[in-house]
Amino acid sequence: MHSLIYDSTFEGFLSAVFDVYELQIQEPHITTQDHFRGNIYDKIHEVQTVEKNHLRVWKGLEKKLSTEALKQFYKTFLSELPGIENTLLQYAQYAFKEAKSIEKDFSNEAVLQVFQIAKKVHREKHRMEAFVRFQETADGLFFAIVEPDFNVLPLIEAHFKNRFADMAWLIWDGKRRYGIYYDKESVTNVQMAFTDNLQGGKDIRAIYDEKEVLYQQLWQQYFKSVNIQSRKNNKLHLQHMPTRYWKYLPEKK
Amino acid sequence: MNERIIEKLSILADAAKYDVSCASSGSKRDNKNKGLGDAKGMGICHAYTEDGRCVSLLKILLTNHCIFDCAYCVSRKSNDVKRAAFTVQEVVDLTINFYRRNYIEGLFLSSGIFHNPDYTMERLVRVAKKLREEHNFNGYIHLKAIPGASEELLKQAGLFADRLSVNIEMPTEKSLLLMAPDKKREDVIKPMSFLKNEIIANKEEKILFKKAPLFAPAGQSTQMVIGATPDTDWQILKLSNAFYKGMNMKRVYYSGYVPISTDNRLPAIGTPVPIIRENRLYQADWLLRFYGFSVDEIISKDDPFLDMQIDPKLGWALKNLDQFPVDINKADLEVLKRIPGVGIQSAQKIWEARKFSTLTWDHLKKFNIAANRAKYFIHCRYNNLAHNDHSPVKIRQAILAQSQSKYKVNYTPQIALF
Repeated sequence: MHSLIYDSTFEGFLSAVFDVYELQIQEPHITTQDHFRGNIYDKIHEVQTVEKNHLRVWKGLEKKLSTEALKQFYKTFLSELPGIENTLLQYAQYAFKEAKSIEKDFSNEAVLQVFQIAKKVHREKHRMEAFVRFQETADGLFFAIVEPDFNVLPLIEAHFKNRFADMAWLIWDGKRRYGIYYDKESVTNVQMAFTDNLQGGKDIRAIYDEKEVLYQQLWQQYFKSVNIQSRKNNKLHLQHMPTRYWKYLPEKK
Repeated sequence: MNERIIEKLSILADAAKYDVSCASSGSKRDNKNKGLGDAKGMGICHAYTEDGRCVSLLKILLTNHCIFDCAYCVSRKSNDVKRAAFTVQEVVDLTINFYRRNYIEGLFLSSGIFHNPDYTMERLVRVAKKLREEHNFNGYIHLKAIPGASEELLKQAGLFADRLSVNIEMPTEKSLLLMAPDKKREDVIKPMSFLKNEIIANKEEKILFKKAPLFAPAGQSTQMVIGATPDTDWQILKLSNAFYKGMNMKRVYYSGYVPISTDNRLPAIGTPVPIIRENRLYQADWLLRFYGFSVDEIISKDDPFLDMQIDPKLGWALKNLDQFPVDINKADLEVLKRIPGVGIQSAQKIWEARKFSTLTWDHLKKFNIAANRAKYFIHCRYNNLAHNDHSPVKIRQAILAQSQSKYKVNYTPQIALF
């Protein structure tokens, strides 16, 4: 086996795919430093993230795949599942080899997997569009903290930018420790150092706007009042709102 | 002050919750001039209540004061409940502030009828107008069209709202007469027809003039209460079909009756909500809208209730075994969609994938089909079951024996309702 170690970015991964072809690497295994579990007999190649290289691979994929399939490819990468790079490599190799698009060949293991994982990532994206709960701070910033299963902030950026165009907001990924911030003009990736009283963004009551608590109470009351007790169906409730999302939802606190 | 608004919200949300529509999809409203919100694309459920229903909109009544006395309604005049009313500004503030916090996709505003229909409708329109014009709010707005309101007001409502709905409530005229002596069926049908024509006219205008204002871009919907009256599923589905075909309805909702009254015209308090029946009606509704079935294929006058134990597609297949097994490597997409246990997405996957290689049962199992049901109806390699000479009764029993129905415990009381 020949391990290719890349910097965990999507561009880095595409650069690794480039190297597989360029250096004609046999039995390639693409992985990040964190996930690297090689033994001393393996060959190791350190991938350099090079713009020319990753663009070449992406443009090559663009020629072979529809926009929808390209999105699936990217979403699958964002799943961060261990070993997913190699499924994507197989997918890319299959796509490059064939003259016509292979994206609908669900009898192929890699194609079916990319399709199904992309769907899961998409579901998580959709969940975040639903479960982000902004809290208004005294200086007018709307702040939300989430801990998505997959790295979906890059996927939800456009949705929030378009929708909340007239307010400054910040969505913080508490698990991956980065956020996306909108200043009423554009969205940027941000790092944050929270003061001690904000517990890493988990509890920001100290900087709430005066109306914030009332609106959370009203929302909690509303959530309680729309429930129909005689139709109680906890299984369905949990299926749609798994407990791992509750900690940042005021209505489930 | 804070306590009063919380109390009002609890009363007026509680009174609105029996209206099951919560859709926020299918509109075409974009965010404009960097305002607040947009209502295009797919709907989002921001939460789910403990009964498992989607919370997408702030669904409230403007007031639960009502001059009508409809037996099935919690806000009926003769019911001894706490009454409350929001001001226009209160509804606007709640909507904007819930929306900014990403709690909701928009507002679903309905109302009890106070004074008269126009007086009520005028206030609903005023809320929507204020949201759109003063707050540049582009989120989703669903307004109830009050039966008996003037066409001028309905027209204004359509200019501000994404969806309008008039609830038929009772599946038959006889039931309406019995339960809601103040309401006439034609008062419900008239605004529906008016809206239908306006929506169609607007669509045509939009083709000619791109800048023409939107008129209820997410269309109109209606709701029927299920299980409060002895109406049959056949009557219900016939009516739904007429609404889809004749009124261009986007959706017909079925609301299993929740006993809230001691009125002897209605099922007693404590009678279980007919949840399975409601579910089977929705399944049948889906077959009508997306799977190319006609009402007569699903249900008939002689056998006017849906089978509670099995879904309507399986029910149809068991009555038409001569059309099976289906060869999944050859059959048309429309035929694939009719296989029990194969949904639209799986059917499409099969249809696409077989262009690359001949599909076997092993492929199918990975496509997330309900193999337990589908295996009796599919012909392909490695699936031998379909070749056996099964009778409908045997297949039915085999499927039921293997399925863990979410509803099993509830069967008896539900079927014995009438």
